[in-house]
Amino acid sequence: MMTVSIAPVLTFALICISLGMLLALIRLLRGPTAQDRVIALDMIYVSAMLLLLVQGMRFGNTLYFDIALLIALLGCVGSIAMAKFLLRGEVIE
Amino acid sequence: MSSLVLIVLLPFLGSCLAALLPANARNWEAWLAGSVTLGCAVLALLQYGAVAGGDVLRTTVSWLPQYGLNLIFRMDGFAWLFTLLVSVIGFLVVLYARYYMSPEDPVPRFFSFLLAFMGAMLGVVLSGNLIQLVLFWELTSLTSFMLIGYWHHRADARRGARMAFTVTATGGLALFAGMVILGQIVGSYDLDDVLVAGDLVRAHDGYLWVLGLVALGALTKSAQFPFHFWLPRAMAAPTPVSAFLHSATMVKAGVFLLIRFWPVLAGTEAWSLIIGGAGLATLVIGAFLAIFQHDLKGLLAYSTISHLGLITLLLGIGTPLAAVAAIFHTINHATFKASLFMAAGIIDHETGTRDLRQLGGLRHLMPITTTLAMVAAAAMAGVPLLNGFLSKEMFFAETIDVSGSMNWGLPLAATLAGLFSVTYSLRFIHEVFFGPPARDLPRVPHEPPYWMRFPIEALVLACLVVGVVPGLTIGPYLHLAVVSVLGGATPEYSLSVWHGFNLPLLMSVAALGGGVLLYLVLEKCLPVRSLDKVPLLHRFDGQREFERVLMAVTGFAGRVQHRLTSQRLQPQLMWLVLVTLIAGLLPSLRGVTDLRELPMALDPAFAMMWLIGGICAVAAAYQAKYHRLAALALVGGTGLVVCLTFAWFSAPDLALTQLAVEVVTTVLILLGLRWLPRRLEPKELGIQASLRDRVRRSRDFLIATLGGGGMALLAYLVLTRDQSESIADFFLEKALPEGGGTNVVNVILVDFRGFDTFGEIAVLGIVALTVYALLRRFRPAPESIHLSQQQDDPEGYTPSKDAEEGSLLVPGLFMRALMPVLMVVSIYLFMRGHNMPGGGFVAGLVMSVAIILQYMVGGTEWVEEKLPIRPHVWISSGLLLALLTGLGAWVFGYPFLTTHSPHPVLPLVGEVPLPSAFLFDLGVFSLVVGATVLVLIALGHQSVRSHRSSAKAGDTPDENRQRGAIRWS
Repeated sequence: MMTVSIAPVLTFALICISLGMLLALIRLLRGPTAQDRVIALDMIYVSAMLLLLVQGMRFGNTLYFDIALLIALLGCVGSIAMAKFLLRGEVIE
Repeated sequence: MSSLVLIVLLPFLGSCLAALLPANARNWEAWLAGSVTLGCAVLALLQYGAVAGGDVLRTTVSWLPQYGLNLIFRMDGFAWLFTLLVSVIGFLVVLYARYYMSPEDPVPRFFSFLLAFMGAMLGVVLSGNLIQLVLFWELTSLTSFMLIGYWHHRADARRGARMAFTVTATGGLALFAGMVILGQIVGSYDLDDVLVAGDLVRAHDGYLWVLGLVALGALTKSAQFPFHFWLPRAMAAPTPVSAFLHSATMVKAGVFLLIRFWPVLAGTEAWSLIIGGAGLATLVIGAFLAIFQHDLKGLLAYSTISHLGLITLLLGIGTPLAAVAAIFHTINHATFKASLFMAAGIIDHETGTRDLRQLGGLRHLMPITTTLAMVAAAAMAGVPLLNGFLSKEMFFAETIDVSGSMNWGLPLAATLAGLFSVTYSLRFIHEVFFGPPARDLPRVPHEPPYWMRFPIEALVLACLVVGVVPGLTIGPYLHLAVVSVLGGATPEYSLSVWHGFNLPLLMSVAALGGGVLLYLVLEKCLPVRSLDKVPLLHRFDGQREFERVLMAVTGFAGRVQHRLTSQRLQPQLMWLVLVTLIAGLLPSLRGVTDLRELPMALDPAFAMMWLIGGICAVAAAYQAKYHRLAALALVGGTGLVVCLTFAWFSAPDLALTQLAVEVVTTVLILLGLRWLPRRLEPKELGIQASLRDRVRRSRDFLIATLGGGGMALLAYLVLTRDQSESIADFFLEKALPEGGGTNVVNVILVDFRGFDTFGEIAVLGIVALTVYALLRRFRPAPESIHLSQQQDDPEGYTPSKDAEEGSLLVPGLFMRALMPVLMVVSIYLFMRGHNMPGGGFVAGLVMSVAIILQYMVGGTEWVEEKLPIRPHVWISSGLLLALLTGLGAWVFGYPFLTTHSPHPVLPLVGEVPLPSAFLFDLGVFSLVVGATVLVLIALGHQSVRSHRSSAKAGDTPDENRQRGAIRWS
C-alpha cells in the first residue's frame, strides 16, 4: 500500500487560500461600491473558514472544524445584514 | 443584647418601622415614636444603679477587629445624664409633634427622620470610640438636614437645610481629622484610653492641630461665632424639630464634645483663647441680635446661640468650677428652651403667625400658655427661683473668679449679655402676651389641646422645681455627671439658691434691672417694632458671607474644570489614548534594548493573515469619518483575523466567542447607522478642507494607528516572554478534579470565577434594560427621521411578503431555514460547554443571532406575530436561575456558588456528568439571549416607530400588553 504525504498538498492549499484572501482584501479596500466591499468581506469569511479546515488537517485537530462550522453559519449573517442595509436602508424593518 | 446597644439601636429600628407606616397614620406614628423614646429613657434609667456606683458601662461589638476598630458603647454619669435628657425631651417632642403636625403633612417621613436623628444623637453620646463618635456625629448632620428640610416645597427650608448641612458637615470633616490625629497621638481610638492621656496630648506637638480641628467641629455644630448663621436659617424646620434640635440635641452635640474632651484638651492658653473667645463673642453678639428679631423663633434662635456661647465660654475658662457650671447650664438651657420653642409653636399654630409685630394681648385668649411661657422666659432671663438663675449665678461667679481684681472686662461682658437676655425675654413676653389684643391675625387663637400643652407643663415644672430646691432634685445626678467628667479634679461647689450678698448677686440684679430699663428705653426712643435692620451689627451678615464663599468656591471649581476638561468626546479620547499609550509602553519595553532581538519565528501563513488584519484596521481608521459602512466592513475583516488568531494559538473558546460577538456587533452598528445623518466629503460638497482640519485628522489617524500598534506590540511582548510560573497552571491542574470539567475556560467562568461571572451577567442585564429604557425616549434627529431612498415601495408592501413571494424569496427561505440549524448548534455548544469549547455565553449569542435573523427577513411585525419574544423574561429568569444555583450551595452548608458535580447513571444513556455549574451556565445562556435580543430589537423597533405603521397592523399596544409582550415605544 502506498502512503502519500498530504503535507505538500495542504501547504499548496494554504497558499492558494491566502492569495484569495489577499485579492479579496484589495476589493475590500478599493471598493469602489459598498456592494463590492460586502462581497469582499464575505469572500474573506469563506477563505477564513477554508483556512481553518486546512489548519485542522495540518495539525490533526478537530476543534478547528467547530470554528469553521460556526464561521460558515454566522459569517453570512453579517453579510446579509449589510446587504439588507444597502437594499432597504435599514436592517430590521 | 446589651442595653447600651439597644438604646442606640431602638430609635433606628423605630425609624425604619415609622417609614413603612401609611402616610396618614398620625396616631400610630406617635405611639411608635413615643414608645421608642420612652423605651430609651427607661433603658437609661435602669442603668442608674450601675452608673451611680461610679462604674463605666462598656459594651464592645466587633466591627473591624483587624484594624483595632470596634464599636464601643460606653456610659458614664455624664453620658447617662445626656441620654436621659435626649430621650425624655425626645418623648415630649414626639407628644407635642402629634398635635403640631397637620394631617396634610406626610408624618411617616417626619417621625422616621426624628427617630433616626435621635438614634444618631444617642450614638454620639454613648460612643466609646473616636471614629465611631465621628460617624454618629455626621449622621446627626445628615438627619438634621432631612428634618430642617422637611417641608421641602418651601425654598427657605431647602436653603436653611443646605446651609446647616454644609456648615455642620464641614465641621464634621474637621472633627474627623482632629480625631484621627488625637487617636494617633494617644495610640488608641478608645475613648477611655484617650481620656486618661490628657497630659500626653497637651504636651504633644500635634496638640494645636487637634484643638483647632476639634474646635472647628464643635463650634460649627454649636453655632458659635463666626459659624452661628446657620441656626436662625434652620428655623424653617417644623417647630417640634427646632424644639428638639436646638434645646437638647444637635447644637448640644458641640457642647457635649467640648465637655467630653475637656479633661484631655482644656487647661492651656490656646484652649481658653479659641473656645473662650468664641464663646464670649457668641454670648454677647447672640444676645444683642436676639433683641432685634421680629420672628418669634428667630428670637429664640439667637437666644439659643447666646446661651450656647455662655456654655462654651464657661468651658473655655478652663477651671473645674466653670466646667460644673457648663454642665449644669446645658441641662437647664435644654429644659427652658425646649418649652419656649414649644410655646412659640403653639402661638404659631393657633394664630397663624410668628411675627412679633403682629402678635399681642394673647394672655386673654391663652392664659395657661401665657403663664407657662412667662415662667420659661423668666428662667431664660435668669430670674431667681428658676433653674436659669442658678447656672447664671455660677457663671457670673466664675467670671469674677478668673479675672481677679484688676481685669473687669469679662464680668462686664457677662453682665451685659445677661442684661440683653433679660431684654429679649421681656420683649418676647410683653409683645406676644401683653399690650392691646392683636387684630387681623390669620386665625382666632384659643388654648391648644391639653396634651399639646403637657410637654411644656412638664418642662416648666422642672425649671421651677430645680430652681427652688436644686440640691434635692438635680443635685445627685449633676454630681454624678460632674464626677465622671472631672474625676479627681471635681471641686467643691454649692447648688443652693442663696449665697448671701456678693458680687454675682449684684451682677444678677444689675442685669435684671438694666435689662428692664433697656427695654423701656428702647420702647421710648427706638421702637424695635419699627426697625428693619439690627442696629450696628447688620453689616456682619454671616449668611451673605457664607453664600459669597460658596459662590467663589463653586466658581473657582467651574473655572478649573473649564480649563482642565472638555465636554467634547474626541479630545478626551485623544488624551486617554495618548496617556495609556505612554503608560503602557514604558514598563513593557523595560529590558528590551533592541526590537530586532525579539523572537521572530513566524509561520508565513500567519504573518499574511496578520498583514490582512492590520491593513483592515488601519484602513478602517482612515475611512471612519466619511464612509462608515466601508469602515464597518473593514473592521469586520480585522475581527475575523482576531478570531483566526485565537484559533491559531489554541484558544478555541475565544475564537468562537469572538466570532459570535463580531456578528452581533456588526448588526448592532448597522442598526445604529440608520439613525446617523450621512456625511459628505469636502470634495463631494465642492469645497476644500482647511489645512487645520487636515492636520488634525492626520494627527488623529496617527494616534489611532499608534494606539492599535501599541496594543499589538504589547500582546506580542507578553506572548513572547518566558512565563515559567503563572496562574494558568493552577487552573489547568484543578479544573477536572475540582471543577468537574475538562474545558478550563468554562470551568473558570462558571466555577472558579463564578462570582465574577454572576456580577457580570447582572451588569449585562442592567445595561440591556437601560438601553431599552433610553431608547423608548429616543427621538431621532430631524435629518434622519424620514425613510431612506431605497424605500419607495408600492402600496401594501411588507418585508414578510417580499420574503415569501417577492424579490427576496431565495434569501428569505435560506434565512428562515437557518433558524433551527442555529438553534441546534447553540444547544450543542451549550451542552458540551463544560468539557469542550462552547458554553452559555457563545450559545446565547448564537441563539440570539438565530432570532435576529428572523427579524431581518420578516420585519418586526411578522416575527412578533408568530413568535412572542419576551427578552425581559429571559433576562430575569436567567439571573434568578444563576442566583438560585449559587444559593443552593447554602442549603448544603457550603459557601455561595460552590459547585457540586454528581455523575448519576441514567438508564439507556449511562453515566452523565451533571455539575451544578451546568445550571449556572444555563442562567448565563438565558440572560445573554435576553440581553442581546432586547438591545438589538429595541433598536430595530425604532424603524417601526418612524413608520408609525403599528396601527395598520391592527395590533394596538394595549393588546400587546395584555399578552404580556414588552412595550417598545
